[in-house]
Amino acid sequence: MQVPILKQGSYLIASIQSVLSDADMLQLRDDLAVKVGSYRARGVIIDVTVLDVIDSFATRTLRNIAHMLNLRGADTVIVGIQPEVAFAMVQLGLTLEGVGTALDLEEGLAFLDQKTKHHAKAGA
Amino acid sequence: MQKPALDIHLEIRSTIDIVTARQHGREMAMELGFAGSEITLIAAAISEIARNILDHAKRGEITFAVVVRHARRCLQIVAQDRGPGIADIPKAMQYGYSTRGGLGVGLPGAKWLMDEFEIESNLGEGTKVTMRKYIKNGNQQSTSAR
Repeated sequence: MQVPILKQGSYLIASIQSVLSDADMLQLRDDLAVKVGSYRARGVIIDVTVLDVIDSFATRTLRNIAHMLNLRGADTVIVGIQPEVAFAMVQLGLTLEGVGTALDLEEGLAFLDQKTKHHAKAGA
Repeated sequence: MQKPALDIHLEIRSTIDIVTARQHGREMAMELGFAGSEITLIAAAISEIARNILDHAKRGEITFAVVVRHARRCLQIVAQDRGPGIADIPKAMQYGYSTRGGLGVGLPGAKWLMDEFEIESNLGEGTKVTMRKYIKNGNQQSTSAR
């Protein structure tokens, strides 16, 4: 099941629609790495609201995506981690170190606005 | 929702099967009356051991059953493969130890998520992981401390 990637201003929004297999996660990673270039995106939001489990593989892949996109010049924010999912991640000792997280889409957009504004200033 | 069959075997041969196993475990746990957060813990543990099968043995199977232990009912999940086996089980159970560039979270993580966790392995014969989560009675206090 492919994850639709929408463009919103200078951001991309990857809105996960159903539970993903490992292969789907890797596909998302590759799609985002390409699309950040073709859309010249400055930020990416990955909405994981529908994911019922974020296990070690998903965590590692999300971390890799964020690091790859950072190398491509875009900031990443993961939004929508559900309370039970967060609980299980903590129990598993999984962290999204170095990856932005926000409560929902709205907060994710605010997070990216903050980040990219900061970058624009630093570059001025 | 359809009532999930008990004592079911699921083949694990591809990453899609991980999702199927997890969903079956989730449905069974729901049926058995586990709380929402426990259901997610069980699903996450299944995910980790199923992936362990794929990564190390390429294929194997997971069996779900309801068993009675110490006069209490529990959901028992057995993951079995005929892969290369584990040379050093204590090392494989160390958090952060991985032979294939993973996070090294799978087996120790699954152990933390469940109430009981046993692992048997013989080199060249395969690996069997048995894990259980006890069904708590309505007013019983949580025993999730580890």
